[in-house]
Amino acid sequence: MRKLFLIGLKDLKLAFRDKAALIFMLLAPFLLTLGLGAVTGSFSSGSSSIRDIPVVIVNQDDGQLGNALVELFQSNDLATLVEPTVIDDSAAARQMVDDNEAAAAIIVPAGFADSIIPQQGQTASAEVVQVELYANPTAPTSVSVIKTILDEYINQVEVGRVGGQVAVTGLITSGRIQVQDAAAMGQALGVSQANQAGQSTSITLKNVTPSGEAVKFNMLALLAPGMALMFLMYTTSNGGRSLLTERNQGTLPRLLVSPTTGVQVLGGKVVGIFLTGAAQMLILILSTTLLFQLQWGDPLAVLVLVLAAVFGATGWGMLITAMVKTPGQVSAIGSAIMLTFGILGGTFVNLEAMSDWFRVTAKISPNAWGVDGFTTLALGGTLTDILTPVFALLIMGALLFAVAVFLFNRRGMMKR
Amino acid sequence: MPPILEVKGLVKKYGDFTAVKGISFDIQEGEIFSLLGPNGAGKTTTISVLSTLYIPTSGEAVIGGHSVTKEPMAVRSLIGVIPQEIALYDDLTARENLVFWGQMYGLSGKSLNTRIDEVLEQIGLTGKAKQRVKTYSGGMKRRVNIGVGLLHKPRLLFMDEPTVGIDPQSRRAILDSVKELNRQGMTVLYTTHYMEEAAELSDRVGIIDHGELIALGTQAELTKQVGEMETLILHVDESEDPERLAAAIRTLSGVKKADVTDHTVTVIVPEAEEALAPAVTKANELGIKIRSVDMREPNLEAVFLHLTGRALRD
Repeated sequence: MRKLFLIGLKDLKLAFRDKAALIFMLLAPFLLTLGLGAVTGSFSSGSSSIRDIPVVIVNQDDGQLGNALVELFQSNDLATLVEPTVIDDSAAARQMVDDNEAAAAIIVPAGFADSIIPQQGQTASAEVVQVELYANPTAPTSVSVIKTILDEYINQVEVGRVGGQVAVTGLITSGRIQVQDAAAMGQALGVSQANQAGQSTSITLKNVTPSGEAVKFNMLALLAPGMALMFLMYTTSNGGRSLLTERNQGTLPRLLVSPTTGVQVLGGKVVGIFLTGAAQMLILILSTTLLFQLQWGDPLAVLVLVLAAVFGATGWGMLITAMVKTPGQVSAIGSAIMLTFGILGGTFVNLEAMSDWFRVTAKISPNAWGVDGFTTLALGGTLTDILTPVFALLIMGALLFAVAVFLFNRRGMMKR
Repeated sequence: MPPILEVKGLVKKYGDFTAVKGISFDIQEGEIFSLLGPNGAGKTTTISVLSTLYIPTSGEAVIGGHSVTKEPMAVRSLIGVIPQEIALYDDLTARENLVFWGQMYGLSGKSLNTRIDEVLEQIGLTGKAKQRVKTYSGGMKRRVNIGVGLLHKPRLLFMDEPTVGIDPQSRRAILDSVKELNRQGMTVLYTTHYMEEAAELSDRVGIIDHGELIALGTQAELTKQVGEMETLILHVDESEDPERLAAAIRTLSGVKKADVTDHTVTVIVPEAEEALAPAVTKANELGIKIRSVDMREPNLEAVFLHLTGRALRD
């Protein structure tokens, strides 16, 4: 184990002494983030925070939940963040989005509340009526904010619905209510949940300031993770490249005639790539936090996500190395994958404006999962909210390592 | 006392190509043993198998009582390997390189630092230990390359052509350091294609060609194989055709062999001095200009030529 870390630390030191690598690892993502930030106006004083997002709401539901959603968007806590307009015509709402008059339209169809909280004497419908979010592809950040609020609301409703069912079942089982009273009790619970969902406290974004000012959500908080993750792919493929470079420069054979096993050498290289990637990400996060007061979100959750993203990206780096023969091939393929994953991960395009197949394909990249997680955290999410991307990245890394080790073994790279 | 290294019928094949063809030899503790042969003779492959980097196709080698195939980790602790190519991290300093490689051999803490100081002193780089290796000259890099192999005080040191491509001063320093290490008790297996190095350093020499060990013994024992033959070396002008001269010289009486390497004709004769005049006459008859002449007493070069019909540096 000690040798794994010694080899890893040596690689970390070498990576940070390579000026060309440093340019790609730190300077390029930093400058590109700044450049995109300047283009998108993130540095102008008036737009350093997202506020007054125009959103149009069509509430065709007569029930409690539709009204609760409207009240939520009209609440004081979200007053400076969103600027809701309530209209009756869903086609007109969509037209407003198409005409760039709104970042998104939220359409609550008729029967939404009833599909969740059946009225007395009615039974629940088989399928829950879905709320529609009609997004403006030219306003990805604003859409992300709206979607996050909406997701949080729907989560609350879902929790309430399931909780209500469990509670009513428990009450019947314990004999505290009769079966014939269950419907009335369920409705009462549903109304209570709907009211609770409408209260801003359950949907409050984490980074709302104590004074109740607008959420200080910097555009860079969306740009920086995408850039950092894209160049993380450079670091991991470059790290894998170093294995082939060491073979060519004779240090790998020299390691293999020392009392060090092939597994230790390979493990050490993985540790080195992981440490380098983690250091790169943490430096970028720390520097953008200090220099631009960027809000990355809950520090512990950010750290966990960084480590998971680096793990997933390291898996890709090792796989690329296991598949090719020369350092030059790693560079070429690594660069191609870096850019491809950058696109798939949403660094250059708004994933939400892309087709379903594109978004599904994007999930093969650590970038997509990472950006997803970082966006959630920047919008006030917690560690619990990013468990899906974290586990996806860990599973991705583990699978890729397994394939890489299989290929290394087949090529006999680490054997005598 | 059993030999520190025993090699029996070692074979190494790469597909259809056989790089080492069943060689056998042993090395006694405290000995400097040279494997002398031209490029491609199988020297590096042999070292690679003995240092556990490659698994032999057949045969066996035992180092310090441990089989290189069955107990590679035990063997690796006993040996030091100085590869032909410089195998260092250019962006680390000499000291950082030594620290890393020392750690790979299980050294740590104060004992590692003390040992590094000793090695730096030994290779004459104490004052430049904090410079990155990439700023070093070729000779200095070679010295660090050697230092890495000495860190853990191996019982048996493999040196694979350590003087290739360096200046005469550094070469002299390396040869002296090999002798000094041996004086301190280290056993050395040294490979080279320079006859002079093998002659200067070795207690015994194994001559290897095309993967076969064609001769083995002390220098005196080997030179006896060519009798009392001497070597006459004629360096011709670069514009000349040395093959024509060699062919002409072969017709002279007493000439055992005449071989061409680059612009040099190497002639094996009983008396080099006596053969000089007729050889120069032949050159004049052919209009070939001779730049310089060397005459040598019986040596390993002559042995190689005698055994293979080719000069050592072919």
